[in-house]
Amino acid sequence: MAYSDKVLDHYTNPRNVGALDKNSAEVGTGLVGAPECGDVMKLQIKVNPTTNIIEDAKFKTFGCGSAIASSSLATEWVKGKTVDEALGIKNTDIVKELSLPPVKIHCSVLAEDAIRAAIGDWKKKNGATQNQAQPAPVEQRA
Amino acid sequence: MSTNVIPGNANKDVKLPIYMDNHATTRPDPRMIEEMMPYFGEKFGNAASRNHEFGWVAEQAVEEARERIAKLIGASTKEIIFTSGATESDNLAIKGVAEMYKEKGNHIITQAIEHKAVLDTCKRLEKYGFRVTYLPVQKDGRIDLDDLKRAMDEKTILVTIMAANNEIGVLQPIREIGALCHERGVLFHTDAVQQIGKVPFNVIQDNVHLASITGHKIYGPKGVGALYVRRKSPRVQLVAQIDGGGHERGMRSGTLNVPGIVGLGKACEIANHEMAEESKKIAALRDRLKDAIMGQLDEVYINGSMEHRLPNNLNISFAYVEGESLLMGINDIAVSSGSACTSATLEPSYVLKALGAGDDLAHSSIRFGLGRFNTEAEVDYVARRVVDTVKRLRELSPLYEMAKEGIDLTKVQWAAEPTH
Ligand SMILES: Cc1ncc(COP(=O)(O)O)c(C=O)c1O
Repeated sequence: MAYSDKVLDHYTNPRNVGALDKNSAEVGTGLVGAPECGDVMKLQIKVNPTTNIIEDAKFKTFGCGSAIASSSLATEWVKGKTVDEALGIKNTDIVKELSLPPVKIHCSVLAEDAIRAAIGDWKKKNGATQNQAQPAPVEQRA
Repeated sequence: MSTNVIPGNANKDVKLPIYMDNHATTRPDPRMIEEMMPYFGEKFGNAASRNHEFGWVAEQAVEEARERIAKLIGASTKEIIFTSGATESDNLAIKGVAEMYKEKGNHIITQAIEHKAVLDTCKRLEKYGFRVTYLPVQKDGRIDLDDLKRAMDEKTILVTIMAANNEIGVLQPIREIGALCHERGVLFHTDAVQQIGKVPFNVIQDNVHLASITGHKIYGPKGVGALYVRRKSPRVQLVAQIDGGGHERGMRSGTLNVPGIVGLGKACEIANHEMAEESKKIAALRDRLKDAIMGQLDEVYINGSMEHRLPNNLNISFAYVEGESLLMGINDIAVSSGSACTSATLEPSYVLKALGAGDDLAHSSIRFGLGRFNTEAEVDYVARRVVDTVKRLRELSPLYEMAKEGIDLTKVQWAAEPTH
């Protein structure tokens, strides 16, 4: 199968490879997929607590070239966005940008899941942090 | 052969891309092509034309090819039936025996890591009321003879077990299987496609009653193969699966592919003369590749027995690295992977799964198939590219990171993909 130039580019020069401190309150970590399925993505975001802007993002991916490219692209796209804006990224946007063929659509779905999982983790942590700071009722975590 | 390759500089000595996928197909040997050529042109006769020179020339060429094939496997010429390749040979052997002997019994035994040409043929026969036992393989890829013994019953008419596997190169104990079948009065078919021309194969010594062969795995042409059908002790009978003009002793109708058959014959003749030397050379190259990779990378696992294995096969899983991404990184080298992403079905290799290694290692596997035209310089280049790429991809792998942190990956609760 021939890969699109953009997939090749992200595969050869993946953006934002690495790890953030998963114990930091500002960092949300999403780990999605399973080794038996052939793809696992770890995507991390670092969120500015006052602006809710994602200031940094890192990823590591076990998977095919399209999975690597999808997660690399996802880190590029979430950076600079607020958490809520990042939740608006759709797998179809990734498919379009990378010209993924139908058999590779699941890679983009996984990247979208990874963004959501990272944000979910961050929200959970921050719900918890707020919880500790102010023992007042905090039902509304989102 | 170009030796004295300076490490890191090896690509100066090799022509890219490098072909190392010789279980898929092989490069036609130029000597073979040369011999075929006239039969595409002036020697175009139909081998079945009995009454003129054109036909005689074609027939003579076909009979010479038949002799060469028979000689390579220890058969007699009347036992060689030409087909369009091993898929057809497997179909003819299994369906032909099933139909011929169905009054005697309806039970067939095969095993889990056969080629699809055998497995899917057996599946079809199940629809027609045959009972098929699919023996498991052990961790090393070989069947357990005791399993086979236990599976045989009074209704068993055929055992079909391949000589050498096309993914992991593992050799089955065909001689013992054949002896057992012989003793029990059960027919034994073997798909010998991958073993022929690489490891000595002799239908008498190996107790084989039917054997499938194809041209394109032995530096011959595609679309031509043969089925060995034993004529005595026992005399095997088949019901033809293609009806027509009654060619090939009525077992396979259709005008013979004369140039293809000539090529197949020549390929067998070359194999007969060169196999011993060549297999030694190729095994040395394969071991050089294995040692270079295993010497520089940890957590690489060989799939299948190293002891009972084709000299040209190496199938390795690189833990924490997905196979297709590895192929992408070494895209100037033609090899293949057991990863789901490289298969049409999006399932990881059923062969590797049958070894029980776990799906994750199946996704991480690469099959190297060395061949007649590979050189030491190519092997060094391939090893270097593989090692570099695996290292790079492990730096990108969350699994590698987790494993290094001491996390037991088998204990992690993975979030399954919603699309699966
Ligand atoms: C073990 C085995 N059997 C059968 C076949 C099918 O052979 P052919 O391509 O000649 O139909 C192959 C090759 O694909 C093979 O490796």
